[in-house]
Amino acid sequence: MLDSKIPAGKLEEKWNDYKGHCKLVNPANKRKLEVIVVGTGLAGASAAASLGEMGYRVKAFCFQDSPRRAHSIAAQGGINAAKNYQNDGDSVFRLFYDTIKGGDYRAREANVHRLAEVSANIIDQCVAQGVPFAREYGGFLNNRSFGGTQVKRTFYAAGQTGQQLLIGAYQALERQVALGNVEMYNRHEMLDVVLIDGKARGIIARNLVTGKLERYFGHAVLLCSGGYGNVFYLSTNAMGSNVTAAWKAHKKGAYFANPCFTQIHPTCIPVSGDHQSKLTLMSESLRNDGRIWVPKNINETRKPNDIPEEDRDYFLERRYPAFGNLVPRDVASRAAKERCDAGYGVGTTKQAVYLDFKYNLINKYGRTEANKQGIQNPDEETLVRLGKEVVKEEYGNLFDMYEKITGENPYEVPMRIYPAVHYTMGGLWVDYELMTSVKGLYCLGEANFSDHGANRLGASALMQGLADGYFVIPYTIGNYLADEIAVKPVPTTDPAFVAAEAEVNERINQLMNIKGTQSVESFHKRLGKIMWEKCGMARNEKGLQEAIIEIQELKKEFWKNVRIPGGIYEMNPELDKANRVADFLELGELMCKDALLRRESCGGHFREESQTAEGEALRDDNEFMYVSAWQYKGESNWELEKESLNYEVIKPTQRNYK
Amino acid sequence: MEHYEMNLTLKVWKQKDAKSRGSFETYQVKNISSEMSFLEMFDVLNEQLIQEGKEPIAFDHDCREGICGMCSMYINGRPHGPWHGTTTCQLHMRAFKDGDTIVVEPWRAKAFPVVKDLVVDRIAFDRIIQAGGYISVNTGVTIDANTHMIGKEIADKSFAAAACIGCGACVAACKNSSALLFLSAKVSHLALLPQGQPERNKRALAMVAQMDKEGFGSCTNTGACEAVCPKEIEITNIARLNRDYAGAALASDAHKE
Repeated sequence: MLDSKIPAGKLEEKWNDYKGHCKLVNPANKRKLEVIVVGTGLAGASAAASLGEMGYRVKAFCFQDSPRRAHSIAAQGGINAAKNYQNDGDSVFRLFYDTIKGGDYRAREANVHRLAEVSANIIDQCVAQGVPFAREYGGFLNNRSFGGTQVKRTFYAAGQTGQQLLIGAYQALERQVALGNVEMYNRHEMLDVVLIDGKARGIIARNLVTGKLERYFGHAVLLCSGGYGNVFYLSTNAMGSNVTAAWKAHKKGAYFANPCFTQIHPTCIPVSGDHQSKLTLMSESLRNDGRIWVPKNINETRKPNDIPEEDRDYFLERRYPAFGNLVPRDVASRAAKERCDAGYGVGTTKQAVYLDFKYNLINKYGRTEANKQGIQNPDEETLVRLGKEVVKEEYGNLFDMYEKITGENPYEVPMRIYPAVHYTMGGLWVDYELMTSVKGLYCLGEANFSDHGANRLGASALMQGLADGYFVIPYTIGNYLADEIAVKPVPTTDPAFVAAEAEVNERINQLMNIKGTQSVESFHKRLGKIMWEKCGMARNEKGLQEAIIEIQELKKEFWKNVRIPGGIYEMNPELDKANRVADFLELGELMCKDALLRRESCGGHFREESQTAEGEALRDDNEFMYVSAWQYKGESNWELEKESLNYEVIKPTQRNYK
Repeated sequence: MEHYEMNLTLKVWKQKDAKSRGSFETYQVKNISSEMSFLEMFDVLNEQLIQEGKEPIAFDHDCREGICGMCSMYINGRPHGPWHGTTTCQLHMRAFKDGDTIVVEPWRAKAFPVVKDLVVDRIAFDRIIQAGGYISVNTGVTIDANTHMIGKEIADKSFAAAACIGCGACVAACKNSSALLFLSAKVSHLALLPQGQPERNKRALAMVAQMDKEGFGSCTNTGACEAVCPKEIEITNIARLNRDYAGAALASDAHKE
């Protein structure tokens, strides 16, 4: 039976109470305890650095050539924090409330409240590290708005916030490496977790340069390995982002929670052809200043700038007047899909809508600048020029990126955008202490399921990654390790390590010996297509049932016919990919099973059978107010355990952004 | 956007591992769309090689949106290829035309040994950061973020330096393989901020010492690094570093007396 270990007491006192009563490890004992951290994104780097500072002996692993490259680096728009610097009524409670509501009432109250509580500390920490957040002329920190909220609480650094936060955490990590508190293993990929007497005691990692398997001991293991959006092949994730570390843990006993909760981000650059290898996000912050529209006429042939106002349908502003272009991501994505499915899409593929900056370029930024500079009655040309300068400062890198990819200048013509897979709310099940259902095995950041329910609000992923790594795990891990101080490091010649390595070795050999005819990439693409069409933005019973069978067949074909060139004991990117795609094939099936079982719509999970008359997602709280936690029972076989969600403070209602 | 297709000849550096000698191999690719990214063109080539039973070309890449700094190809004699301020992954095929021959090599520098084909080892950059590219602050700060007032112009300048993605194009472009643009970007990022002041001198000295130890060459101010930097990091950062370094060296001499 799963125990979420949520502390008793009032919601706003739980975390403080916990911190006041959890067990501590004294400094001399910390030096005897070893912790393994897998992944060096915001969650992993911040955890590894913080635990190193505290005196634990840390080993950190990443598959990239440097920890600074983890995909958190690509986060664009910002990070939320309840600082209320803008005096617009923000508070810890409001951030908590917005996050719960944005997640469509499928997250735990206690976890989310803790997240909101520590949010302000994150900003303090990052500024102290030298993260150059955007500032106002007076020298104080600036904020912008994001979707699903009515306050300005998002801190940012142009369109490169993730980069700046990750570099902050990376620098803290490298400082600990220099001090000898953290050992860093670049170009290493975790391929199994080692359990001894039911506790996580180490990992098997593959050195991606030599191809050799290596064994590492730890008193505890932290998985900070990110999300699994690449199961769709095309997503905004980095090419190397994968589910392998989490999946191996799942197969060793860690429950996988809410796998079907995936986030489709509304504003991405559309697919241009079959060659497409990934999709590129255009930050949600652009919806602050961009207006989304399609033509009112179904067979519109005019260029966007030639279409007059009266022939444009600003469909988000029309359907959701209160939040307008800043509705949450799931709502915006579905609305765009609805218009495109109805035939109003734009561009050559008709699978796109416009994101248009002209109005705010002129009326918001242009006019403010003109006032600042004392220009009386400026003409439109002047306003456009002035506005462009400000927009360039706010989003310059994004506009440049758009132009490089599409060859069009977004300062002049509206962007064409379409929803794309971006984030996964599901992940390994963790309790309040971020421990999985395996003792001593923790999961942080996007890789866990805990804080975003069925839909994550923009600028909250960075917040959660850093909250978990800087401010949660340093407390909760002590509560476990305090009882482990007598445990001597287990030599990696222990039979448990030998057996785990043998298992990994056998699987790699099996893969290499298939010697089939089709590339790993081709299987990944086919899996992605099934997932996108049948377990994507809209799902139904028939499609999901078909998808499960198709994926099972594809998996069989993969294990019979995949071709992996090269050898095992060398750098072999095709083998690395094969290991990952083999796991995606298993995960895809579980996602469809989870989506099939959840016969309600909530957040990013839209079951066509469950919608309101206006086409909004219709939850079923009586039946589905739970976290679905899946236990692996063998090939294509899982057992479901339900963790019911009890709302003590917030009263769940139909989400309304109208 | 109008697009077109092209057939290309590729001359690509192949090298089995760090110890082996490498050489150029010639490949033909057909029907490449101008809408593809440069790395998607490599995907097509690799798929073709796998189908032919040959070994694909190893290259580093990850985010494919120009921010992780992993991609690193030396294309037609220029790091990251012909487009200004652009990483390899953001270079698109409309930069080329039908019939072109494209020569692709790894970064070449003593401090960046080749691992395989186009993949090099840039761990020296991590060690330069370890030498002092940080502010020594532990987790748990309780000073409110707005305590430090930082003028917008200063914050923007610091950010512009901090935008470095650590790809190493500056080193690859430099005839001496100097890492000074990379190093000066980090020093400037922190030296411009009030939080970075206490360790300012020590940082500059330690990072330069580490750079020398790694085998990067000296800077002779030709500006090749700035010209190829995909994030347009300015060479004025090097001037700032030089000032800091000279000042720090003097201060440390004074300290010795």
